[in-house]
Amino acid sequence: MPTRENEPFGADHVIPARAGVGFKPEHAPEILSRVRSVSFFEVHAENYMGAGGAPHRILEAIREKYPLSLHGVGLSIGGEGPLDREHLARLKSLNQRYEPGLFSEHLAWSTHDTTFFNDLLPVPYTRETLNRVCDHIDEVQDEVGRQMLLENPSTYVAFAQSTMGEIEFIADVAKRTGCGLLLDVNNVHVSCTNHERSAADYLHDFPMELVQEIHLGGHAPDVDDLGRPLLIDAHDRKVDEQVWRLYEDVITRFGPIPTLVEWDNDVPNWPVLVEEAQAADAILSRAGSTALRKAV
Amino acid sequence: MPASRGFSDTFGDALLSANVPVPEGVVGPDGQPAPKRFNVYRNNVVVSLCEAMAATYPAIQNLVGEEYFTALAREFVTQHPPTSAVMLWYGGDFPSFIDAFPPLADYPYLGDVARLEWSWLVSYHSADAAPLDPAVLGSLPTEELPEARFQAHPATQLLSSLWPIHTLVEANRFSVGSNKPVDMASGEAVLVTRPDVDVALTALRAGGDVFFKALLDGEALGSAASMALEANEGFDLSENLADALKTGAFAALM
Repeated sequence: MPTRENEPFGADHVIPARAGVGFKPEHAPEILSRVRSVSFFEVHAENYMGAGGAPHRILEAIREKYPLSLHGVGLSIGGEGPLDREHLARLKSLNQRYEPGLFSEHLAWSTHDTTFFNDLLPVPYTRETLNRVCDHIDEVQDEVGRQMLLENPSTYVAFAQSTMGEIEFIADVAKRTGCGLLLDVNNVHVSCTNHERSAADYLHDFPMELVQEIHLGGHAPDVDDLGRPLLIDAHDRKVDEQVWRLYEDVITRFGPIPTLVEWDNDVPNWPVLVEEAQAADAILSRAGSTALRKAV
Repeated sequence: MPASRGFSDTFGDALLSANVPVPEGVVGPDGQPAPKRFNVYRNNVVVSLCEAMAATYPAIQNLVGEEYFTALAREFVTQHPPTSAVMLWYGGDFPSFIDAFPPLADYPYLGDVARLEWSWLVSYHSADAAPLDPAVLGSLPTEELPEARFQAHPATQLLSSLWPIHTLVEANRFSVGSNKPVDMASGEAVLVTRPDVDVALTALRAGGDVFFKALLDGEALGSAASMALEANEGFDLSENLADALKTGAFAALM
């Protein structure tokens, strides 16, 4: 990472191994007027692709005080078509403007031909899709000029044509492209429930040494065609108890990792979101002091 | 490009149309087809796009009612899905869609109300610029004033309508429930400006539509005033000039 001669923002860009939350503009007055209660913020890049106005004014004020993580939700890395070069240029420009400590995108697609579906859609896991995802990530990292993190998806369906498992696919992508990983523990629980696999096994097999950020979020329970549990990655409520347990296992085994609580729909009051972040922080602190004792 | 259709061709075709069957090979944990699971994606796509429309067009939603709006938005989003990943820019075709939507033919003002809401959004996200300092205009020698030309502020837009769009947007977006009577026979021209971060909607005075259009088109002040006076004998230059400065419609003199 190049060093900068002029630090344009008051806050450092490095994201600590503590808890942060997804930034919602309605929380800005409380965030900016109260004592610090979270360690970083993450924003969806696409919400800051306008030319100017209130969104940038508020984000600059946040960035002045906090490290920032930039999370893209629209690049369509898993898409069959080429990446949108204009969109890549916008991501590059946001990276330059806000100097986020971490920059991530999803293992998903959202654009096909000229249509943007505004959802994170699933990718079959084959040699062909693996090659394409690797090409796309190479292109992103070349263009934006930094490493990106790839997030594991939450999925509701599988593809009969898949020839690889998700972890094998993700690990291969990371190995070939040098990208880092964003482990969404809620997505692990959602996908493993939906596909009748063990989330504990998934986390055991996941290449944890490449994980630079963790996501936690709430999901909504539903059932599928045959009455089997189907969890929806809704980000509309507190983090589920089972997800907290999986998270604590991961952190206890691998030590503290920057952790983000996502709450995008039915957004709660600021204190409720802070409580969620503090619950993650408590787990991170316990693991941190254990690691310290071991080191001493 | 491969000659055969890829997974995203069949997946994408079925997302926006419930009549297109769930693509083959999209399965549940038992390897069997799982239409209800696929419908989660269909639902996510359509609901999220309709929510984006509701966020951009609250006055339209208030005018037609939530239930009707959702049905209308559903028609729009499935026929005109986004073409960019930047959702801030989605929905600009909605006003013309409303104009051409036969069931709404008896509500001809809705399209222009939607145009004003779209202009609000465009202005909200426009580039930042300082508005013209009134002192700059004041420092011009009087004889040079008629030749002054203005550079538009990047957030400025002008809308003229046969309908009272300013009154309708105020009543259905910014002061909902005020129940003020609306004179549907009087058209309104609205100047949309954003001198700092807050968007302002200003209903223009007599002749203001012609005057501001001329200035935004690059006409000199003197000729814009003559055009406005010709169009409307009630045009008052000093009041309109005060509006221009107060609203921050311009960024500089050219």
